[in-house]
Amino acid sequence: MKHHAQAGQAFAIGLLFGVGLLLSGMSNPQKVIGFLDLAGAWDPSLALVMGGAIAVGLPLFRLAESRSHRQLPSWSGAPIHLPGKSGITPRLVLGSVLFGIGWGIAGICPGPGLVLLGSLQWPGLLFVLAMVAGMLLFRPLDKALSR
Amino acid sequence: MNIIWDPAALLAALAGGVLIGLAAAWMALGLGRIAGISGLLGGLVDGAPDRAVRVAFVGGLLLAPALYLLLRGELPAVRMMVDTPSLLLAGLLVGIGTRFASGCTSGHGVCGLSRLSPRSLVATLSFMAAGFAAVYLLRHLLV
Repeated sequence: MKHHAQAGQAFAIGLLFGVGLLLSGMSNPQKVIGFLDLAGAWDPSLALVMGGAIAVGLPLFRLAESRSHRQLPSWSGAPIHLPGKSGITPRLVLGSVLFGIGWGIAGICPGPGLVLLGSLQWPGLLFVLAMVAGMLLFRPLDKALSR
Repeated sequence: MNIIWDPAALLAALAGGVLIGLAAAWMALGLGRIAGISGLLGGLVDGAPDRAVRVAFVGGLLLAPALYLLLRGELPAVRMMVDTPSLLLAGLLVGIGTRFASGCTSGHGVCGLSRLSPRSLVATLSFMAAGFAAVYLLRHLLV
């Protein structure tokens, strides 16, 4: 029962997140490339997406962290598990650089990729399939590199 | 540098950002976890626990365009910027990179920066710098 309630919330969160992506312009690769193209006709509007998200995120994540510190659960009853903030490793930087190159090539990051697929955009399907293939390659690649 | 100022686009970006921030905070307060899209999808690919939550969240993202269409009557314009081989290469790099970095624009960029996490700041600066560099290289130097 509890799992159903959690899945229900997760579904609503996904919907809200996706509507936010669509409204913001993040799901249009042309706008994303326009934002990343400092040397061209620069479109700074997407900086406000992160700005707006962090403006509401700052106080609310503070609340979540304070609940977590006091060992209080989330609304669903599940414990609040937030990842560590330190641990600046080579894999963090290298992974982020690879991701950034991919983002710069097509102008699509994971959320907008899924939203484009949901918009029945054929290139969105190709992007998501390639992204999932990359995620599948990660485990064996990680194993090979750490040997 | 030539800057485009479009007030309607700025307002839409801000409003969309607020919705994204609310969704991310809801995930933390309601379910106790980070709304990281690459992590939630990657865990699904890996067969990680909490399958129902992952499937539901990804399902919500996939159905968001239908809700948006219902609310506003039309979907925003979309223009793809690359051909199919580049699109596939981009997807592959995004998939591998986000898993190595344990996060993408949502997990590090929105949730991590909202938590003032140094780790997420480094990740965000790295992928932003790489994105700027890739666009400069592909759209100015190599054309």
